[in-house]
Amino acid sequence: MIDEYDLTPIQMDALREIGNVGAGNSATALSQIINKRIDMNVPKVALVPIESVPDLVGGPDTIVVGIFLRVYGKAPGNILFLMPQKSAFYLVDTLMGREHGTTKKLDFMDESALMEIGNILSGAYLNAFFNFTHISMLPSIPAMAMDMAGAILNIVLVQLGQMGDQAMVIETEFLAEDDGINGHFFLVPDPGSLGTLIKAVGVE
Amino acid sequence: MADLIKVGMADYKVGRSPSTLISYGLGSCIGVSLYDPQKKVGGLLHIMLPDSTQARASDNPAKFADTGIPLMLNEVMALGASKSRLVAKLAGGAQMFAFANATDIMRVGTRNAEAVKQILRRNGIKVIAEDTGGNYGRTVQIDLNTGVYKVKTIDRGEKDI
Repeated sequence: MIDEYDLTPIQMDALREIGNVGAGNSATALSQIINKRIDMNVPKVALVPIESVPDLVGGPDTIVVGIFLRVYGKAPGNILFLMPQKSAFYLVDTLMGREHGTTKKLDFMDESALMEIGNILSGAYLNAFFNFTHISMLPSIPAMAMDMAGAILNIVLVQLGQMGDQAMVIETEFLAEDDGINGHFFLVPDPGSLGTLIKAVGVE
Repeated sequence: MADLIKVGMADYKVGRSPSTLISYGLGSCIGVSLYDPQKKVGGLLHIMLPDSTQARASDNPAKFADTGIPLMLNEVMALGASKSRLVAKLAGGAQMFAFANATDIMRVGTRNAEAVKQILRRNGIKVIAEDTGGNYGRTVQIDLNTGVYKVKTIDRGEKDI
């Protein structure tokens, strides 16, 4: 039995590797879509008090675009891709072939494009993950919101909040080569899923 | 210069005039304020979930409506508020993401709002204003000098309730 709130350094490393492989694949996908180099940092794997999760993305009242997907399968959880508003505008301008700085407000098509990005990134993430662990996980259709980071993070935190006071987050930051886009990719396993993930990479 | 006191998620603060209590970025969470207009004291509570009995053990009673409200109520009364004069206002309880097959978790905002009102009623506290529901985030603040509860949003402006 793995105590999800008391992981060994090796188990934390295993989760970091999962984040690394998944996010690496996502970054490649994003890079191919927008034809720019994407850098990513080493994934942060951390057990953080639930109330301080919004600080990871600049505080609860920072305006962000959030793309949310539920993950189904043996290790269910949530995926949340958060971008500062400025990055989201830059990204849709890139996707739509418009001059940067054109978008001031997201219309229906922009939202759809961003959700598709969320779809592709999550698919790439989970695919890499499957190749690594042979645990198959399927993302739901994406949902999107542009609002305060605290409000958007509520959806994942509420679920964790029912089970405890801490959140295990696997977080990767993306940065495009021209600094136009940065984003945070969160994989938040449901309580109970962490054990499955750790076992799958063979470090009980 | 009046104090601005921050209230985090799953937390509460009490105080007296001229302080203002503020909580940022509420989605499905609810900001519950209590205010005694005569003594000019009050509190603000930022709850995440309706019911502690449906959750696994938690060290933090301020996370839930059923345990957080009585806690704040006691502290506000310790500052001199009277239960008969106290009035409550609440805001939040949104559903941030629309899904066709919304689960209970997605609808937690609505359940939060219902639980808060029920618990306030059980404690004999009048709810005099409410701004709940929708699909957008809110930042709330209560001015303990005037009792005005300000609700700020990103696209929908701000209002005093």
